[in-house]
Amino acid sequence: MSLTGIYPVPLGRDDAVALVHQMLRIRRFEEACAELYGAGKIRGFLHLYIGEEAVASGALAVLGPEDAIVATYREHGHALARGIAASRIMAEMYGKVTGCCRGRGGSMHLFDAATRFYGGNAIVGGGLPLAVGLALADHLERRARVTACFFGEGAIAEGAFHESMNLAALWRLPVLFCCENNRYAMGTALERSESQTDLCAKAASYRVPAQAVDGMDVVAVRQATASAAAAVRAGGGPQFLEFRTFRFRAHSMFDPERYRAKAEVEEWKKRGPLHTFTERLKAQQLFSEADFARLEAEVAAELQAAIGFAESSGLEPVEDLLRDVVAAEPPP
Amino acid sequence: MSAVLSYREAVRQALREALARDPRVFLMGEDVGRYGGSYAVSLGLLEEFGPERIRDAPLSELGFVGAGIGAALGGMRPIVEIMTVNFSLLALDQLVNTAAALRHMSGGQLNVPLVVRMATGAGRQLAAQHSHSLEGWYAHVPGLRVLAPATVADARGMLWPALEDPDPVLIFEHAQLYNLEEPAGGAAQPVDIRRARIRRAGRDLTLIAYGGMLPRTLAAAEALARDGVEAEVIDLRVLRPLDATTLLESVRRTRRAVIVDEEWRSGSLAAEISARLMEQAFYDLDAPVGRVCGAEVPVPYARHLEDAALPQTPAIVAAARSLLGARPA
Repeated sequence: MSLTGIYPVPLGRDDAVALVHQMLRIRRFEEACAELYGAGKIRGFLHLYIGEEAVASGALAVLGPEDAIVATYREHGHALARGIAASRIMAEMYGKVTGCCRGRGGSMHLFDAATRFYGGNAIVGGGLPLAVGLALADHLERRARVTACFFGEGAIAEGAFHESMNLAALWRLPVLFCCENNRYAMGTALERSESQTDLCAKAASYRVPAQAVDGMDVVAVRQATASAAAAVRAGGGPQFLEFRTFRFRAHSMFDPERYRAKAEVEEWKKRGPLHTFTERLKAQQLFSEADFARLEAEVAAELQAAIGFAESSGLEPVEDLLRDVVAAEPPP
Repeated sequence: MSAVLSYREAVRQALREALARDPRVFLMGEDVGRYGGSYAVSLGLLEEFGPERIRDAPLSELGFVGAGIGAALGGMRPIVEIMTVNFSLLALDQLVNTAAALRHMSGGQLNVPLVVRMATGAGRQLAAQHSHSLEGWYAHVPGLRVLAPATVADARGMLWPALEDPDPVLIFEHAQLYNLEEPAGGAAQPVDIRRARIRRAGRDLTLIAYGGMLPRTLAAAEALARDGVEAEVIDLRVLRPLDATTLLESVRRTRRAVIVDEEWRSGSLAAEISARLMEQAFYDLDAPVGRVCGAEVPVPYARHLEDAALPQTPAIVAAARSLLGARPA
């Protein structure tokens, strides 16, 4: 595991600023979602990614458009980092027809075929077998692509995790397993749900190369993902990365957080991925307050436009309720 | 080539033809390769098509069904074999929460061209964990197409159209039918996987069955014919979406219907069909819709108890007679 803040950022200025920009987009988007939820504009379950921004921002920065992404119900950050327009994601939250899924999916089920973003999955562990299959298709078609599958540490208690790890390793499939270990599966701490809390040991038991990464350090995430993805792409079979991270907000909008101490949250906030990274960049003269202000303005404008788009968009006609349950034209 | 073709050979031939016809097609499941399939359906295909396309999977129903869904999303045309419908419950999450939901949930962006085949039904003294008929549960789920070939020709002819369907298709092969034989008919006849089929024309009542219940329903119709009662027999074939048109057209003519369903009665497909006939043909009926269903027990091992738990030809005949007894004077 790398230690935040000690070594110099091994990136050029443009790459470094792009990471700040991405994390800031996600942070402000999520803050806006929380407000809009309070205002009744967004309904259903809403799971915020605040605190975990370094993982999606760092990992997706080094994956290509040919790769596939499978994520979880806490996936706004991944969707944004993958390049789905903030306006289409926000419209989806609003349940509008201009949303990326016409308002059928909502917060937990964002999909985008164009960017090979295969969800959004509200079944814990549900995306893992799917990722194995996407990789199997690439394997059979001899395509040098990576399927990056994000899941929380809670998913490791599911059979789907173990079946998927075994299948991917057995068949040497190009899956990059990205475990976002934020320490709590809803309210259940890792120690209270797993007899073996060393998640890399679990992956290693399937002979999948595994590495724990400081998930609060966007550069560490980026570097680890780049090298693991390269190994996967080269045909070496699956890899497992454990990103050690933390969510600063509640599990969902209905969570009174009885299961963890405020002090623990405050301690992790000191390691917040956004401010620690910008401080490092400033120390290296790669970034200034003026740069930050410029990014803030850019992000605010994007977000304002996204909310405006969602507000002004229409609803899917109720007559289309049954559209796309199955193909409009079934086979002859 | 032998003069007769078995249901098992018909499925194998359909698999062979599909694998030869489309390089995106592959077969995946437990013991489909070296073992030759738990019902010997895929025997010899490994040698013909190799281990990449005849892919033995570990005992991970959830994992390999989900992998089939993912591979379908990735552009392949997977055929996943699950040994029996009882084992498919381990994969229910992927089938219902993902395969069936994906097209709608993604606003029409993603579809899952997956075919899942599995054995269903009782009759071989395998008791409660290998014998159930749960296809009606799947027929409950929007987003799935559910097929039940009851004849050798359908076993051969349904697979290709199922593969052409852009959405997930489940094919239920009744374990009692694998040894069924019909005269070999040469090339596969394409099957309309939207339509039920009238297997025997008749004017006095309509018997509705599918899968493993079709042979005994046809036997019941023969028995009734010896007494001068002409029963029409409809092979449902497509359990979802139901071909209500064919059912209603027949029942409006015969004015009586008995549904034969190996499933448990409560909440069964027979219940759904019965409700539709009441809703849409009530004033054409001369008698209440009858049902002959499996007894509501976990299917037992002992032969006499298993027989008692399943719809048998005499019970079908008796149900038909009781409806005819209700004929207005």
